[in-house]
Amino acid sequence: MNFLKDISKGIIKENPTFVLILGMCPTLGTTTSALNGMGMGLATMVVLTLSNIAISLVSGQIPGKVRIPSYIVIIAAFVTVVQFVMQAYAPGLYSTLGLFIPLIVVNCIVLGRAEAFASKNGVLDSAIDGIGIGLGFTASLTVLGFVRELLGSGSVFGIKLLEGDGMLVFVLAPGAFIALGYLMVLFNKLKSRIL
Amino acid sequence: MEYIIIIISAVFVNNILLSQFLGVCPFLGVSNKVSTAAGMSGAVIFVIAVSTLVTYLLQYYVLIPLGIEFMQTIAFILVIAALVQMVEIILKKISPSLYQALGIFLPLITTNCAVLGVALIVVTKEFTFGGEAHMLNLAEAMVYAIASAVGFGVAMVIFAGLREHLDLVNVPKVFKGAPIALITAGILALAFMGFAGLV
Amino acid sequence: MAKESTIKNMAITLTVICLVSSAILGGVYSITKDPIEMAQVAKTNSAISKVVPKFDNDPSAELFNIEVGGKSYKVYPAKMSGNIVGYAVESYTSAGFGGRINLMVGFNIDSTIVNTAVLSHNETPGLGDKMVEGKSDFSVQFKGKNPEDFKISVKKDGGDVDAITASTISSRAFCDAVNSAYKVFLECTKQNKKE
Repeated sequence: MNFLKDISKGIIKENPTFVLILGMCPTLGTTTSALNGMGMGLATMVVLTLSNIAISLVSGQIPGKVRIPSYIVIIAAFVTVVQFVMQAYAPGLYSTLGLFIPLIVVNCIVLGRAEAFASKNGVLDSAIDGIGIGLGFTASLTVLGFVRELLGSGSVFGIKLLEGDGMLVFVLAPGAFIALGYLMVLFNKLKSRIL
Repeated sequence: MEYIIIIISAVFVNNILLSQFLGVCPFLGVSNKVSTAAGMSGAVIFVIAVSTLVTYLLQYYVLIPLGIEFMQTIAFILVIAALVQMVEIILKKISPSLYQALGIFLPLITTNCAVLGVALIVVTKEFTFGGEAHMLNLAEAMVYAIASAVGFGVAMVIFAGLREHLDLVNVPKVFKGAPIALITAGILALAFMGFAGLV
Repeated sequence: MAKESTIKNMAITLTVICLVSSAILGGVYSITKDPIEMAQVAKTNSAISKVVPKFDNDPSAELFNIEVGGKSYKVYPAKMSGNIVGYAVESYTSAGFGGRINLMVGFNIDSTIVNTAVLSHNETPGLGDKMVEGKSDFSVQFKGKNPEDFKISVKKDGGDVDAITASTISSRAFCDAVNSAYKVFLECTKQNKKE
């Protein structure tokens, strides 16, 4: 049960988007549709899990002062690996997400978990932490993408549900900020009711 | 003429923060006061200018000739991290007063995606600026990078001004903090959309 | 926990991490290099087969270049039992809202457009990207039209094309690329007759 608890912590209690407010750039930049949001979330989750595992393995050997640069290099290596794999096997998604794939390197969530969790915990715990936080991030991005796609173009996962053009502004940049703002309000409201 | 188009396009039309979502973390994090926002912007402009120069030269004179473009992300982020560190040390020696003003922001800049973002954009994206699509040359790349950073600063300072006023009004509890900031940013982004079509 | 930091062990740690990361990246790069190239070839091939009549040759193998107006274009001839049935022209324009748009335009030998396929673009998601087939009916209106009697430019400019709502620039650019492709096609048939 402990395992489940660890996973669910990333989705609700320590949700990276709605509670910790980290990784805003990809959150806003890639969620023009539910599918894009989900793709970005999963790519981040893979990097987060792999880098958590690697860092928990080597952190004992790294001198304190070069800790951060070492972590950044490790993370950058995994990001590039993910980049190549996506280019080869999911070229469509890769070209939509574009610049935001290499920018996973500077996503505060990844470095944050490396520093705050993986460097102090065992391999298995770090892996679970990576998956949990990654799932939380994926869930928030998918929800935001879902809302923006539904309001902006009247479809969900590319399937047209509502007639007409929708409120275009939600697909454009301002809609990203506004939709995320209102989703956060909703999240806060629900959380204050439950807890 | 071409440089003017680059500048207007990078500062207003394709504002790096409000239309490309690069550097949103510091945008939300250190925009409580106009003075801190201005300090952060100054540091970002400086680091973006230097790091773009170095990564541009690195890309065209080291990575491409050696055929190791796959090291791009690692090389760029290392350069940026090292540069930020160096800038910190040099500023401390040369201008203690400037160091005092910018110092606390410098460590935060390594993970500001605007810096890595601009460095990657200038070597991977084709630009048109009214003419044929082409890769940027060094002068264009520098103008684009600095203009983007200035765009970041403009958005930061305006936004901080708005937030100072927000502090004084009575905001519903569930909207406090990040939600109202995001919605304000959305309205600001709407205003910036008015610049579309200017270039 | 973390080791003590001395200049020597800091330098060694960073060097080792950088070397290991670059070795891993080099490995992954050489593994994914071929799939990445194949994915690009597959994209071009699927675009060709979408935009020309039924063929039984390998158009990518018979690719040739044609110069029109100082620009070089790639042309893929489609043949059925040795006779040319159509051409797929890889056209492009720099006039898109986000810059360059690459387009595959297929012509029947009677100079009607069979279909179009967007190869790459940087248009705004939700607005200009509606030019991609399946996202809106914009590209459908070119099917089966002959540029002789169907004027390829948006209605605002006196043509016959319905522009994408709120994306006149993208629509204009698309028409521009189709027009260039048509010029290339005319040049092809002219050269073909001479032979």
